[in-house]
Amino acid sequence: MFILKYIKEVYSGLKSLAVGLRRTLYYFSHHKEIITQQYPDNRDTLVFPDRFKGEVVMLHDDNNEHACTGCTACELACPNATIKIITKFDITPEGKKKKAIDKFVYHLELCTMCNLCVVACPTDAIKMAQTFEHSVYNRAELTKVLNKPTSKIREGVE
Amino acid sequence: MWSFSKISKLIDSWLSVNFSSTWTMVIEMVIAGIAVITLFALLGLVLVLMERRVAAWIQIRLGPNRVGPGGMLQSLADTLKLLVKEGMTPDGADKFLFNLAPFIAMIVAMLLMAPIAFASNFQLWDLNIGVLYVTAISSLMVISILMAGWASNNKYSLMGAMRSGAQIVSYELSAGLSIMSIVVLSGSLNLNEIIQSQADGWWLFKGHIPVVIAFIIFIIAVTAETNRAPFDLAEAESELTAGFHTEYSGMKFALFFLAEYINVFIVCAIGATLFLGGWMPFHIGHWQAFNHVMDFIPSSIWFFGKTFFLIFLIMWFRWTFPRLRIDQLLDLEWKYLLPISMFNILLITLMAILGWHF
Repeated sequence: MFILKYIKEVYSGLKSLAVGLRRTLYYFSHHKEIITQQYPDNRDTLVFPDRFKGEVVMLHDDNNEHACTGCTACELACPNATIKIITKFDITPEGKKKKAIDKFVYHLELCTMCNLCVVACPTDAIKMAQTFEHSVYNRAELTKVLNKPTSKIREGVE
Repeated sequence: MWSFSKISKLIDSWLSVNFSSTWTMVIEMVIAGIAVITLFALLGLVLVLMERRVAAWIQIRLGPNRVGPGGMLQSLADTLKLLVKEGMTPDGADKFLFNLAPFIAMIVAMLLMAPIAFASNFQLWDLNIGVLYVTAISSLMVISILMAGWASNNKYSLMGAMRSGAQIVSYELSAGLSIMSIVVLSGSLNLNEIIQSQADGWWLFKGHIPVVIAFIIFIIAVTAETNRAPFDLAEAESELTAGFHTEYSGMKFALFFLAEYINVFIVCAIGATLFLGGWMPFHIGHWQAFNHVMDFIPSSIWFFGKTFFLIFLIMWFRWTFPRLRIDQLLDLEWKYLLPISMFNILLITLMAILGWHF
């Protein structure tokens, strides 16, 4: 019966429209669902999800010591040549030469926040920070040295 | 208590005491014109803000919240921007028609204001063929759209205008038939008499399911007639940039924009008048006490409340449904709305003859 089919079509059409209308009415009347962040005003109370990755930073403890051995695993892992590690040789008290980092150069302008360097690091010396206000007036400011001046490698990290 | 009808009577009696009858007429016309223009401006500001707010809340956003307290002055700022913008006329355009089109859109919207009863005994023109007048004048809207599309000398504009023509011509039918069903029930084309016939309950409740069907068809058809999503093929931002007003800028664009919102207000006012009793308070049959309590709410509040409810309904549709394709649009009208409303008007005529309504 084509009349029955016709009525069924009209009915199912109206029903599917009602489903959509109910969803939008729910959002219209439930303002707690609003996802807008009023950004510059709520800068102090911003909450980021764990997976948000802003830039690579090197962790330093209170004694200005880091865990980077200068193994260049991160440099090799980086697909964009974002990281460049410049090493030097420290003289230990026993008079032996020991390899250490001089500069951990990080090009933020090349970084895609892929996290591969953090995964590659054998000593967990670097991690992803959740900062995101990276705008600068001069491109050169985006090239950063991650190890703090006069920082040393922590005792016992090999 | 103050009411619109009392104020208008006071002004009328004061004028007729101080001036001759001709001058009274002239001054009253000027006052009415100014009142209509003021109402237009206010409606434009309020409806644009309301639309943006409704859209934002439906899309889980906040909406305008920077200009003025809670973003209340946003539409005023937009108007100011449009006022100071340059109104360009393209070189290849038919200059006369191009500049005329937005004004025709506005004039049509203004003409439609005439027979609407805003409150009890408060109406610009109480004519005995109000419903016919409204359906006739609202069809003129398509002329301004076609004129704008043709004169722009732009393919997008022309395609938008042609679509709009096909759309308005076909949806006028089912809108007309559903309006007709109320005319059949109330037995009058006069908007005031239609409102009076709803003194013991609105037609939407008195008329059983057939009137509910007619109401749904009316809402769908007027959404299409005012070129609003999901039937905004005439503008169709994603396909035709802005359809018939692609080439317009500044105040000429603002007039089209305003005309769209005024038209939405008018069709909702007509819908409220026909199906929800216009300014008539919510009455139930012969419950005298209940009806009396309802009468304490001023009639203008009833009218604007119902109209804004219907406007919200149309905005709700706009931000829920995706746009139809042109063949789907014509399918919906000719294969579904028109047969259903034709069958429906037969049912309603039967109801009216046999007295099957309350």
